[in-house]
Amino acid sequence: MDAVAHASAVEQGPNLRQRLAARGFDAVTLLVVPAAIFSLLLFVYPFAFGFVLSFEPKAGGDWLANYRRFFSDPFLYETIANTLWLAIPVTLVNLLLAVPIAFRVRLMRNQRLLTTILVLPITLGTVLVAEGLLNYLGPQGWFNRTLMTFGLISQPLKLVHNYWGVFASLVITGFPFTFLLTLSYVTGIDPALEQAAATLGASAWQRFRHVYLPLLMPGLAITFCLSFVQAFSVFPSAVLLGEPAGSTRVISIAAAQAAFEEYDYSMGSAIAMIMGLVQLGIVVAVLASRGLFYRGPASGAKG
Amino acid sequence: MTIALSQFDEVRLDRVSRDFGALNALRDVSLTIRRGEFIALLGPSGCGKSTTLNCIAGLLPVTGGAIWLDKNRVDTLRPEERGFGMVFQNYALFPHLNVRQNIGFGLKMRGRPKAEIDRKVDEALNLVRLQGQENKLPGQLSGGQQQRVAIARAIVIEPPLVLMDEPLSNLDAKLRIEMRAEIRRIHNELGATTIYVTHDQDEALSLADRIVVLRDGVVRQVGAPKELYETPAHFDVADFMGFRNKLKGKVVAIEGDRTILDVEGARISGVARERVSVGSTGYAAIRSDDLEVGEAGPNAIAATVDTIEYRGREFVGTAHSAGGLDFVFRSHVSVEPGSRIHLRTEDKRILVFAEPVQGRQ
Repeated sequence: MDAVAHASAVEQGPNLRQRLAARGFDAVTLLVVPAAIFSLLLFVYPFAFGFVLSFEPKAGGDWLANYRRFFSDPFLYETIANTLWLAIPVTLVNLLLAVPIAFRVRLMRNQRLLTTILVLPITLGTVLVAEGLLNYLGPQGWFNRTLMTFGLISQPLKLVHNYWGVFASLVITGFPFTFLLTLSYVTGIDPALEQAAATLGASAWQRFRHVYLPLLMPGLAITFCLSFVQAFSVFPSAVLLGEPAGSTRVISIAAAQAAFEEYDYSMGSAIAMIMGLVQLGIVVAVLASRGLFYRGPASGAKG
Repeated sequence: MTIALSQFDEVRLDRVSRDFGALNALRDVSLTIRRGEFIALLGPSGCGKSTTLNCIAGLLPVTGGAIWLDKNRVDTLRPEERGFGMVFQNYALFPHLNVRQNIGFGLKMRGRPKAEIDRKVDEALNLVRLQGQENKLPGQLSGGQQQRVAIARAIVIEPPLVLMDEPLSNLDAKLRIEMRAEIRRIHNELGATTIYVTHDQDEALSLADRIVVLRDGVVRQVGAPKELYETPAHFDVADFMGFRNKLKGKVVAIEGDRTILDVEGARISGVARERVSVGSTGYAAIRSDDLEVGEAGPNAIAATVDTIEYRGREFVGTAHSAGGLDFVFRSHVSVEPGSRIHLRTEDKRILVFAEPVQGRQ
């Protein structure tokens, strides 16, 4: 009997558990379950719910009525341009600031102190930064008073409750994030590559242009996407520091007004879907362009 | 041959020092390298050999002294202005550029016309025997091929001086010997001047015209391979050159060119390489190849065999004396572990040194 059972086991080959393990599924895989439930309940379900809701207009009409209304009303569709006009320049400015600073910080011994100082704005939150900027950059704020004391201007500059107020706030809160990501990519490049380029006669600019930049591009593309998505969903600073009825009427304000002032959740959902699509479009375009660049390990030696 | 290295007469290191905080990584290193020479910087890790190379390349600023290329002072120049070719230990190939672009990098940075770059790169590819690989990325090459690319990239810019930082240490044993011959061939074909850093005395002996032995940031001895191998000037150089048997004893007599030590009661006589005086402690250094199993008598010391290994033509064994000295010896016959033997050698094969000074002076 034993011999028969043994023979059949051999014919069947490895059992189910062994076959699953060979594909990378074992008991440890179960640790994914809480995260899967979490994202199902808090992301997939609300997203699907909103998606369906956006096709059921409150005022009746066919299933695309909300979308048609959005794209026929300049007060609504212009929010896309307003938001892009903030988010893209802010993200580019953050990246352009982060790269040279990361190159300098990479060589520093007291990286931690500087990193802590730079990360502080993240922990403060956008509202606190907005309050601070309102006082600092306002008509009676230190900034304008200092400039006037030195006679550099005669009238206070209008720096809040317009485009530039939101811009400044987004740079302050977005920069630390952009910087930390950039720093990790910059320090990931083998310094021997730069030394090799130097001994081959490349000047500092040539070393950056021909060695660092091509190796950094994929990382900078990811950094751009993550920073862009953050800036694109701007809401508190656009309300507090901008002109929420004019130039900084961003798409999240339009969605919030539809949902919580007109109580039209269906329209709010439709605007949120459009917002998501625009973000997705930019992110996909940027990530696709990574294919143009080298994407292997950034080290000069075989692993 | 259109790769023609820049001509010069000599590179001179004049009392070059390099401090890292309180640590003197290099102290007053002076050395003159003539055109066409192959110089090996040899020493254990931390001796300052890579620091020396990095100072010459300009990757580390010197903290004292000067480096001269003929009449021009170069230690104040940036690395990109010196134009020395360097081969790195981990090759440091640009991972995003293919073999052709890697090799042509230096010429491109100099703004040379494309036709000239192509011609010189082709020639460099020929020289390192990598034809047909030029469109691969470094990640697709084997270690030995990567090494060849690194060498081609360094020499194609026609540097007056080629610097190599342990270029073979990442290769396996067989490839290491092959590439060793390749490096010497390329050096000869180009008439290059090469400074080669290594911790492997075999590599230094087989490649170099002159070897510079460094220890604790100080030059201990400079000489031709044969000179260093046969007559090391100091105990630590001897240790590095394969004198694995170190017999501590007391100097009992000096008779002409022979110095006689008392080692655990045995009288060992050899040639003194450092000044020793009667009554002081001395060390007798003997190469394991020169220590053989023999009869009791002068220059023989009693020992007990620990291990014996068959090495093809002969046996290599280890043994210890009653006083705790360890020996490595060779033998034409197998001896049993645990057996009592006498190990002996000729007078002229024994070098006598004074007690070494410990640590950095």
